[in-house]
Amino acid sequence: MMNPKGTQPEDLVWECQACHVNLVEGPVTLMYMGNRITVDLPQCPRCGFVLVSEAVALGKMAEVEQALEDK
Amino acid sequence: MDQKALRLLESRCIQEEPPACQCACPLHVDVRTFSRCMVQGLWEEAWKTLKKTMPFPGILGRICDAPCRDVCRRKEAGDAVEIGLLERACVHTPAPVQRMPVLPRKRQRVAAVGSALSSLTAAWDLARKGYNVTLLEPSDRMGVYLFEIPDEVLPRSVIETEMEALFVLGVETVCRFSLDWDALEEIRRRFDAVYLGLDGLTFWGECDTGEPWPDAALTRISGLEGFFTGGLALEGNSFSPVWRSAEGRWAATTIDRCLQGVSRTAGREKDRPYSSRLYTAMDDVSVLPAITPQDSVAGYTENEAVQEAGRCLQCECLECVKVCPYLKHFGGYPRKYAREIYNNDSIVMGSHKANRLINSCSLCGLCEVVCPENFAMQTLCLKARQDMVGKKRMPPSAHEFALMDMQFSNSDRFAMTRPDPETGIASHLFFPGCQLCASAPEQVRDVYAHLRRVLPLKSVGIMLGCCNAPAFWAGDDALFQKEFSALKEQWTALGCPQIIPACATCYQMFKCHLPEADVISLWQVLEGAGLPAGALPLKLSAPPAIHDPCTTRHEPEIHDSVRRLLNRLEQPFEELKGNRSHTACCGFGGLMQNANPELAGSVVRHLAHQHPADYVTYCAMCRDNLAASGKRALHLLDMIFPSPDEADPAGRRRPGWSQRRENRSWLKNILQQTLWKESPENMEPYENIALSVSPEVQQILENRRILISDIQRVIYHAEDSGQKLCHPDTGHFKAAFRLYNATFWVEYSISENGFTIHNAYSHRMEILRKGP
Repeated sequence: MMNPKGTQPEDLVWECQACHVNLVEGPVTLMYMGNRITVDLPQCPRCGFVLVSEAVALGKMAEVEQALEDK
Repeated sequence: MDQKALRLLESRCIQEEPPACQCACPLHVDVRTFSRCMVQGLWEEAWKTLKKTMPFPGILGRICDAPCRDVCRRKEAGDAVEIGLLERACVHTPAPVQRMPVLPRKRQRVAAVGSALSSLTAAWDLARKGYNVTLLEPSDRMGVYLFEIPDEVLPRSVIETEMEALFVLGVETVCRFSLDWDALEEIRRRFDAVYLGLDGLTFWGECDTGEPWPDAALTRISGLEGFFTGGLALEGNSFSPVWRSAEGRWAATTIDRCLQGVSRTAGREKDRPYSSRLYTAMDDVSVLPAITPQDSVAGYTENEAVQEAGRCLQCECLECVKVCPYLKHFGGYPRKYAREIYNNDSIVMGSHKANRLINSCSLCGLCEVVCPENFAMQTLCLKARQDMVGKKRMPPSAHEFALMDMQFSNSDRFAMTRPDPETGIASHLFFPGCQLCASAPEQVRDVYAHLRRVLPLKSVGIMLGCCNAPAFWAGDDALFQKEFSALKEQWTALGCPQIIPACATCYQMFKCHLPEADVISLWQVLEGAGLPAGALPLKLSAPPAIHDPCTTRHEPEIHDSVRRLLNRLEQPFEELKGNRSHTACCGFGGLMQNANPELAGSVVRHLAHQHPADYVTYCAMCRDNLAASGKRALHLLDMIFPSPDEADPAGRRRPGWSQRRENRSWLKNILQQTLWKESPENMEPYENIALSVSPEVQQILENRRILISDIQRVIYHAEDSGQKLCHPDTGHFKAAFRLYNATFWVEYSISENGFTIHNAYSHRMEILRKGP
């Protein structure tokens, strides 16, 4: 469904303000309308804060949301 | 909807009905397709089209008397299309090589007596159905009178080639068949059925075949058992070759059915010529006379034929599709859409492909008005939405933003019901509607003050809130009933005053869902009670064109009232072609704008392009949507209550989603403070966050339907919790917060007076995140 490559190099430049570390790519479970999907997304290695970039939110993620809504 | 209801609904859309020419043709030749092929120079395809229903096209194509011309719609703008001459031109080109499908051979034997067109047709049809057919010709030559037709019209070689096809099918032929009563009895014994082709027999005039059957016109059953007759074409032109041929065909169908032991008439209502239900508008058709062939003996040249075929109107209906960008957008017409919507509801697995079709309709009802059969797409779509909500299958994104907006309007931030501030009673209740308050709150305040001045007894109350149309349009009946009941309770508590809505949608909601209420539009009230002293015509370069909101479609009194108000203001105006009952939607109706913003954009542009002048309307959403599309548009209130601060009200921009909410709250606060001396509602802590948003970012927020309050809440959460990201190069922060059913992301920086917003977006998917 969703391209597991949800991370671009520029996403990993962001730093978690709470933990003062850079984001790393790692698996994340997403849920919509009762469906769970696991993808790799940038996240804080300490607190787990996940970044959904604009490109992912308005691109692949929106596509999957639409597909699940019409399922 | 069950299959039966679907078929009934489908039958009301006539787009797929065959055109008049095809219905009138006894052989039901697809004349429209034939003409289309001819105009494109697709001669082989044209041939094949004839061959589909016409036996011996080489012969009939040359001598067809084209009874279709009598009903050709082209007659209303020139002469009927010369189909006979076109057929002739077509069959003069070489016949395409084509295999004819033949059913497996049966054991039964059928005799066809005579060998004129009706017998040849009966033999052709029966042989193709697998029967053992024998043609019995009394003279010494098969084809009889066909050979009497002049050779330049029907060459002998053509007759022989065409009849060759019968021999290929295995039809046996007997010439010099001695036809008398004894012979008839003999063939009746030898054959399972006998067809008597009266167009090729002289013997018949002296015989009595008994009383014909009541359905003989169709079935061709004679009074003699086992005998079927045809070919005299007494109901058509008795010399009509195409009628004679058709009678042979109808007899062949009956013979087949009798021998198969099935009903001889069931499902044959359209075997004979019938009237077409297809409607074709002739308004924009220019007059074109028929092309006369240069050489009347040789007929049309290829070029002449193409020109003549080009006069065919290619009759179709599509009345609704012509006026509705929504119906056009999905590439079909209501009959197809009804099937798609039915399938969408029925499928268990797979994608619900019609969700967007169902949710994009503006429910404006124009299709029903223009449809010759009053097909109402809005009823179909609304019912489908209600079913989807009922089955919990409505895509959440389709209507959520509008329903959240409705919820805001019904919350303490806007909703308020009060009797007259001076007397504490309410014989009238002004209901301005949430969108007018969102667009022009000062005018609403002025209207209320004016109504209190001009209506007697100082008893005009006000109700701020939403009429709950969004819930109704979204198909969410439970929500609609809940919210509307609350509204009704407040109205009842005020003593059931007369309701004065300013918005046409609110007017409809009250009229349909609160039938016990006395409802009168603001425009009718103003017409009766008088206009304020400051009411003025506007200094426009040209008279504006009036646009009637689609929810007034069936309210001629409101249309008249608004026009009389304009006259009273001495404001000249133009009428749009699509006005009053034929008015078009602005793209907001039915929540189209939510479910399909791109389509809503084309819909409003379609409306805006109807007339070059500025528009004047009396619905805040129509005005704002037109303004957002770049069209200069006025609200009628801009003339009745002109604002001294607004030099060019037609050029006023549409207030954005956030501004609309602010305007509503402002109105409530100002009324509370000035009329009821009440203190304003408390603000939420996040509302104190000051934001700086550039016009570019403002546009992004608008397109993505992200509110300033959403951003304030994200920043409030981020700054409070410290949970945010920082970009080392730009110093920008990025934070997220989940509100309602979406996660909002904001990229911002801290500025002197608050926060500067650089970007924002949202997604509906939820991140399931474990802690560290």
